[in-house]
Amino acid sequence: MTQVEAAAYTGDEMMAVAAARRLRNGMVCFVGIGLPSQAANLARATHAPNCVLVYESGTIGAKPTHLPLSIGDGELAETADAVVSVPEIFGYWLQGGWIDIGFLSAAQIDRHGNLNSTVIGSYESPRVRLPGAGGAPEIAAGCRETFVMLRHESRAFVEKLDFLTTPGKGVTCVVTDLGVLEPADRGELMLTELHPGVTADEARGATGWDLRVSDDPRQGKPPNRDELAALRALKPPNGDTVAR
Amino acid sequence: MAEIVSVAEAVEELVRDGDAVALEGFTHLIPYAAGHELIRQGRRDLTLVRMTPDIVYDQLIGMGCARKLVFSWGGNPGVGSLHRLRDAVEHGWPEPLKLEEHSHAGMAAAYAAGAAKLPFGVVRGYEGNDLAARTRVARIRCPFTGEQLAAVPAIRPEVGLVHAQQADREGNVLLWGIPGVQKEVVLASRRSIVTVEEVVSRLEPRPNAVFLPSWTVTAVAVAPRGAHPSYAHGYYGRDNGFYERWDEISRDRERFRNWMARHVLEREPLPV
Repeated sequence: MTQVEAAAYTGDEMMAVAAARRLRNGMVCFVGIGLPSQAANLARATHAPNCVLVYESGTIGAKPTHLPLSIGDGELAETADAVVSVPEIFGYWLQGGWIDIGFLSAAQIDRHGNLNSTVIGSYESPRVRLPGAGGAPEIAAGCRETFVMLRHESRAFVEKLDFLTTPGKGVTCVVTDLGVLEPADRGELMLTELHPGVTADEARGATGWDLRVSDDPRQGKPPNRDELAALRALKPPNGDTVAR
Repeated sequence: MAEIVSVAEAVEELVRDGDAVALEGFTHLIPYAAGHELIRQGRRDLTLVRMTPDIVYDQLIGMGCARKLVFSWGGNPGVGSLHRLRDAVEHGWPEPLKLEEHSHAGMAAAYAAGAAKLPFGVVRGYEGNDLAARTRVARIRCPFTGEQLAAVPAIRPEVGLVHAQQADREGNVLLWGIPGVQKEVVLASRRSIVTVEEVVSRLEPRPNAVFLPSWTVTAVAVAPRGAHPSYAHGYYGRDNGFYERWDEISRDRERFRNWMARHVLEREPLPV
């Protein structure tokens, strides 16, 4: 397949493509809004048509043609194999151990993949009050693997979290706009893959701890034409309602 | 048996200052009409319970109706922050807001326990994080296997408020599409108000729909488009554009108050 030039895609698109490539056909994915939803739907539109998308609104096997803004948009319910209640989705399906991959994001991550989505600053008088835990702690605990998608910058990749919302022990990869990190010895994240045109030093500079880099990090491939076309076709027709 | 009344009468009769109220609906069927009526009637010191506060609680908080928020994820879905919620927590405006926060699974289990009139729900969670120390949760040991689990206290609101597609003249309620925790919240609450898109002479049975018998509901009120800007499956879609515009409307205190005065207190319809 033809590869496109570096300038022809965005960092977010590279993240969605890199995460989508890691999904195999038939995998059951617990998907949140934004980049995870893009990645899982891209996989379904390209190499993994039988990837099963489960949204926390209780829609199992949703097959949206465009990216939803919320986890409960009507199209998810209309295209799902089943629609169940919230206690059921978290109780039977997530905690019951039926999900392969859970996707998460956060405001902060540390070297062990622990995540903060609760506050920046102190809990009692936060500088920034973030949305909070949502489904994250149980997604990380209940899925076989957790993929984290997060833009790589030092204010997000921190030495010490302001608040630990979600333990990182199930994290098997962190996809950023610079590359991919995977847990190595004692669970510490190590940079194992670089996106096209990115150097290990750039990744180190965007990380708030002394980032370990594997001996010979893999060089990721840029999005190909088919991937980009499929990804862009998922965006809603009016252009501006893609989840951020 | 549920009485069929107006939204204003239902709120007037059933919701008191200081009550713990739960307005539920997971993205779908969020009871906006009932929430706006709470604001118009000037309810104060409410404990607002809801998994995903959404714009409706941003509005109630910004209008000074709430003393405490019990929640599990407080953002504008797919858009960003709830600015009124943040302003209350970060700056105490218009007044300080106490928080009791959970994870989704914890809160779902707490509602299910409330519906079952059990004292607590059980989840495998709240472990290894900072949340456990900041919320109402206890570690328990399974009497059969010895496994360590988390107990979350049951949610039993004074008033549960939900929106549904239809009721019949006897006050039986039918809702379908994403069912969220609506059934749980009505059964867990001491009193309940269900707003509906319409009252029909006969409810068509739908397999797997949520049916709430009239004898489980205190009051039913007709509120067409009462879930807007969320949606009512089969009636109207989610107004994603409004969720995006809310980001601008709610960012500034004065602009927010003006918007609320115009569109909620004075009921000026939104431009289509």
